[in-house]
Amino acid sequence: MDVTQLTLKSALEGLNEGKFSSAELTQNYLDRIKRYNPKYHAFVSVNPEAMSEAKEADELRKKGKKLPLLGIPVGPKDNFLYQGMKATAASNLLDNYTPQYDSTVVKKLKAAGAVVIGKTNQDAWGHGSSGEHTDYGITHNPYAYDRVTGGSSSGSGTAVAGDMCLMGTGSDTGGSNRQPGSYCNVVGIKPTYGRVSRYGVIAMASSTDSMGPLTKTVYDAAKFLSVMAGRDEKDATTADLPVPQYHLNLETEKKFTLGLIKEYFEGLDKKFTKVIETAVKKLEAKGHKIKQLSIPAVKYAYPMYCLTVFAEIASNLSRFDGIRYGYDRDRFGEEAKRRIMIGTHSASSGYADQYYNQAMVGRKMLTYQFKQALETVDAFIGPVFPFPPFKIGEKETDPLKMYLSDVLTVPANLTGQPAMSVPIDFVDGMPNGLQVICKHFDEQTMFQIASQVEQEYQMYKIRPKLI
Amino acid sequence: MKQKLQPTIGLEIHVELKTKSKMFCGCPADHFGKKPNTQTCPVCLGLPGALPVPNQKAIDWTIMIGLALDCQVNRESTFDRKHYFYPDLAKGFQISQYDDPFCFKGKLKLTSGKVIRITRVHLEEDTGKLLHRQVDGEKVSLVDFNRSGVPLVEIVTEPDLSSGEEAKEFLKKLRDILRSLGVSDCDMEKGSMRLEPNISWSRSVNDLASYKVEIKNLNSFRFAKSAINYDLERQKKMLDHGETPIQETRGYDPSKRMTVPQRVKETAADYRYFPEPDIPPLVLSQEYIEALKDKLPKLPEETALELVTKYGLKPESAAALAKDPAKLSYFNQHVDKAKPQDLANMIINKKVDLSKSLEGQLKQPADAVDEAIIDKVLKENADAVAKYKAGKTQVIGFLVGQVMKAVGGAADPGKVMVILRDKMS
Repeated sequence: MDVTQLTLKSALEGLNEGKFSSAELTQNYLDRIKRYNPKYHAFVSVNPEAMSEAKEADELRKKGKKLPLLGIPVGPKDNFLYQGMKATAASNLLDNYTPQYDSTVVKKLKAAGAVVIGKTNQDAWGHGSSGEHTDYGITHNPYAYDRVTGGSSSGSGTAVAGDMCLMGTGSDTGGSNRQPGSYCNVVGIKPTYGRVSRYGVIAMASSTDSMGPLTKTVYDAAKFLSVMAGRDEKDATTADLPVPQYHLNLETEKKFTLGLIKEYFEGLDKKFTKVIETAVKKLEAKGHKIKQLSIPAVKYAYPMYCLTVFAEIASNLSRFDGIRYGYDRDRFGEEAKRRIMIGTHSASSGYADQYYNQAMVGRKMLTYQFKQALETVDAFIGPVFPFPPFKIGEKETDPLKMYLSDVLTVPANLTGQPAMSVPIDFVDGMPNGLQVICKHFDEQTMFQIASQVEQEYQMYKIRPKLI
Repeated sequence: MKQKLQPTIGLEIHVELKTKSKMFCGCPADHFGKKPNTQTCPVCLGLPGALPVPNQKAIDWTIMIGLALDCQVNRESTFDRKHYFYPDLAKGFQISQYDDPFCFKGKLKLTSGKVIRITRVHLEEDTGKLLHRQVDGEKVSLVDFNRSGVPLVEIVTEPDLSSGEEAKEFLKKLRDILRSLGVSDCDMEKGSMRLEPNISWSRSVNDLASYKVEIKNLNSFRFAKSAINYDLERQKKMLDHGETPIQETRGYDPSKRMTVPQRVKETAADYRYFPEPDIPPLVLSQEYIEALKDKLPKLPEETALELVTKYGLKPESAAALAKDPAKLSYFNQHVDKAKPQDLANMIINKKVDLSKSLEGQLKQPADAVDEAIIDKVLKENADAVAKYKAGKTQVIGFLVGQVMKAVGGAADPGKVMVILRDKMS
């Protein structure tokens, strides 16, 4: 048995039954990291304390301690602070930065007994949808070495798909968890804005950043989210709502009404349209109702996203002023500089009315239209990406082409709704996900729908062959 | 005919609130004289990933200030980010309020009856502080973040003031109100109250001059008055010569009693204000605002009037008590134990220690000595009295001593002597 291929559910069973220890599990992952990370760049850094954390978990288990993630090796994205471990957000500018405190998510992971195995790679600061914009080596797709992983939580995507850790965390600002989910054949979650604390995660855009899991299965994601979610006194935007044990309520024969948003299919790659249509038919055959919808504001979602999110990016990055953190601002990469300039311009006096303020009005309209449409259905389903994973370097010269990757994922960030990617049929040998978008704080329904999709496809059974 | 130019002055006042903790984190807000960078955390240092959570007390107090200044309260308010670069600004932006301040459109009346309109009262965070030092022979600038994130209320007036004297009166009244609310020490020396007048000669408040001069770093009301009057005069001379003063920031040199140029503002700064996404908009209910209104103590002017009508105090004494919460509370506590005006005098002239109860302190004056004791002493010392009456007046010293002994020293010997003389003549 290769323990690194286990899901959370089966790994916990194995640990509880004493089939293997957390130390063994962790060592196996560390071995794979050692072997594959130099080529795949899934991790920015490996935790030198991982083995002692694993042994500690084994001790606790021996003493009869029961914790939801006891002994499970997890890879937080590099922008999640873990006290004492370098946090760079994959930018050279923070190459020398060791945080003095834990992010709330990491604190919760630790409290749940998880082992932090390392910090995963990403597009620097979260800027990118391919995993190419990092100062720590481009992340490669486990299913095709020359292709991108999707981003910005690229490292967590490759690490989970490539069996270098059991679960990863990610921050989804415009699609960053769903995109690597889709391109790497894993489950990627963007919870409702305000469901998971943002405290201690290096901010990209404060009004859309949503922290969530990347896992092998829907069950794993549901259980992981139950651990991560909840009100945090340190994040004023977190909701004071009870956190369900999502994973205990997945199996249902419930039939849902699922909406297809017309605008999500315009300009979609034909092969993609086909696999989505197949998924829709399968769901229909299972007894779910399908409803066609139109949300006109979706067409403008991307420009709205650019103008508001980039303004927040420029604002959030202004603390890196060259005085503290050791390095000058020339260490910002091309993409960060581009976004700082666009964002600064968008909110400047004399331009704010036609850009930032206008986009804020649009955002309200989009949120309203989404809400209205969700009154008539339980969820929307549709594609995650408009095209399959491109070759590394292919879109480098035209940033606008890369920005197009986000067209189908940014709406849920602007409206705050929960959304996820669940693996369905491969297209030309490359993984592909189905996006599920639900009502605010209705992650339970989202997981139930995704769970039924997963039952149909069981894509987690397919494992990539790393080189 | 051209309208005559009027001195036109508006004020911008910053007041640090004396809340226990800072505006957006749990660090202590009391920063004065503390060892640099000992009262900081990820939030007020602006470290990556840290998020602001607003201090409810500071919000309550800001609205109370607004209510005391007769302001309207915004039912939906937001915090905004004000972007600029300065090494003492931890995040590269200050959390402030822009479009929707907590309070707006208030007023404060001067003794003359003139109404000074308040434009807005909003809440923001203070910045860190730069210290310029020599370290190892090298001139360096150091940053102390203890002050970073301390709640700061900004009060802005319309340009309704016309002289340094009016400005001084306004500021004193404002300070008395803030102190009676118990929300700030308003200590100018410690920087917990900072003043910035904007001065010009304009045709009217609705037709302002093309320029304005801002004066910074004023650390007393007296300096504010004299700086304003000096600069009005300076501007007047220029205007009389057909020149227009330039738009600039000036400082005040107290030793020369004049304002001096500091910085010329050529362009308006672009702060790229936008709503602070880390803090949801604050929706204030009518009940909440009413509850704060109920919590408002009586304002100094009203209290003074009451002291005059209820106890017959002189207006000056009443005003002096009304503006000082500690003195006022002492007066109210002890007013039934003494003649009100006497008690007021003692308190104002610092003849009583406010930290002690009044009883012990009242024994001091001789007229408080029970005359029965003096009579008793005279009766018991008939020989001495006889000697006195026979012309041996130095014996009075002995009698004073006997009285002092009888009252346990709690009397003024001089006054006892006067009474004794009276009784024996």
